[in-house]
Amino acid sequence: MTRAHVLPRDAAAIAGIGQTEFSRHAGRTELQLASEAIVAACADAQIEVADVDGLVSYTIDPVEETELVRTVGLQEIGYSARVPYGGGGSMGVLMHAAAAVASGVADIVVCYRAVRARSGATRFGGAKVAVNVANTHAGTTASQWCMPHGALTPASWIALNATRYMHQYGATNEDFGRAVVQLRTYAATNPAAWGYQRPMALADHQASRWIAEPCIRMFDCCQETDGSVAVVVTSHERAAAMPHPPVGIAAVAGAARFEQEIASDHYRPDLSVMESSAVLARRLFDDAGFRRDEIDLAMIYDAFSPILFMQLEALGFCGPGEAKDFVGDGNLAPDGSLPCNTNGGLIGEGYIHGLNMVTEAVRQIRGTAANPLPAVEVALVSASRTGAILTRS
Amino acid sequence: MESVTARPAPRPTDDSAVYWNAIARHELVAQRCDGCSTLRHPPRPMCPHCRSLEWCEQRLAGTGSLYSYAVLHHPRSPAFDYPVLVALVDLDEGIRIVTNLVDIESRDIRIGMRLRVAFEATSDGAAVPVFGPDPNDTVPA
Repeated sequence: MTRAHVLPRDAAAIAGIGQTEFSRHAGRTELQLASEAIVAACADAQIEVADVDGLVSYTIDPVEETELVRTVGLQEIGYSARVPYGGGGSMGVLMHAAAAVASGVADIVVCYRAVRARSGATRFGGAKVAVNVANTHAGTTASQWCMPHGALTPASWIALNATRYMHQYGATNEDFGRAVVQLRTYAATNPAAWGYQRPMALADHQASRWIAEPCIRMFDCCQETDGSVAVVVTSHERAAAMPHPPVGIAAVAGAARFEQEIASDHYRPDLSVMESSAVLARRLFDDAGFRRDEIDLAMIYDAFSPILFMQLEALGFCGPGEAKDFVGDGNLAPDGSLPCNTNGGLIGEGYIHGLNMVTEAVRQIRGTAANPLPAVEVALVSASRTGAILTRS
Repeated sequence: MESVTARPAPRPTDDSAVYWNAIARHELVAQRCDGCSTLRHPPRPMCPHCRSLEWCEQRLAGTGSLYSYAVLHHPRSPAFDYPVLVALVDLDEGIRIVTNLVDIESRDIRIGMRLRVAFEATSDGAAVPVFGPDPNDTVPA
């Protein structure tokens, strides 16, 4: 008998979501941003902040747990965890939170991420001359091999994969642009988004300057953003007593392959295929028992537009090399077969390192999204090597 | 062609020093496992195939083919001349490295083209490997 490599179905639920504004200059620390988002998420769930007894974040988050506890006034923490792999691990925080709740070591776990990716000491897209290989656990240790060659940013590392993808399948930067136009169309009507009221035509995309030729222009990149997002995870039983209908964490899984890194993923034999997402799909669809045609909404990690294409293929929504046609045919639109990143995604709304993809999925399931789809029962959130299926309970 | 007088020196770790120390003396090497003879890169202390901790340096021919590339325009570091031509080269011995392309215009870059190693100096007396079109090659790309 094959063991399913996912948490038991409906191990836990999302009872509350919170966030700060997304901006280019928050004017306050990550500690304050995280505290504000956590208080907002607890208010959304209508629970006492002091009742939170678990904390999960990213290894690279700058907010220190003990400072957070004394800032927001948590009383007794039973579980704390951090997930490696940067944004690739962003659904891993849900896995840890759900596992903690399901195991009984915590009752109410808050997942948080706070960044000053634009105004902070380290701009996300800024040129770095040396990586901290010792302790960031961002899954980019191979970037130490890129720095001496002038590849100093995540865009430059991913460009090497994207160029190969284009070569393999004949995709063009204009193809990527068609996805960006759709993302910016969603963002234009999302008041929380960087791209609010700023839709984009394909000609605008094609006129934006090259970051990494021939694959990534400026508008293919996510928005460097200041802000924070927090998510309250608890049992279905507890969540059912809270004001919002619970959003079930119906399946959550991780998947990574030998020799794989995150942004600096240069050593697998075939870089035109995002193998981790193919394994992730096997776990979320085959092992957990969901069908792709059940997915009403896909939130797919779009730090750079080419990796959206590569995930659409690896997750099995279209065949290898077919994403350019899948996107070009309008399948990511509200009336397409796979409405995708309806908040504008990381490219259109902002880059809270993937956790704002969860809040959008929750809002769509609740029916409170800025761009509401008719009826979202099942939502996929994919961050390449970690992912979750969220459901209306 | 890039002028790289300001190019920062690599920062080897204890695990990666085998590669960079060889590059500094203008040799391209990889670790070869003493247990199963598999070549590996980036360097690491254990063979992931047979778990042997024993290995030796193997000098590589310095020839290979272009697997992928990118022409980097932004953001710009003062340590490099732009655009930067960064590349993945599949070496003939079967490992892949990140490097730069030299002696070529970006419009002439072709995936699969044959390349040969050269070395460029960095600050602090170190070096990096770079690759240009292989003038002696007769194998079609």
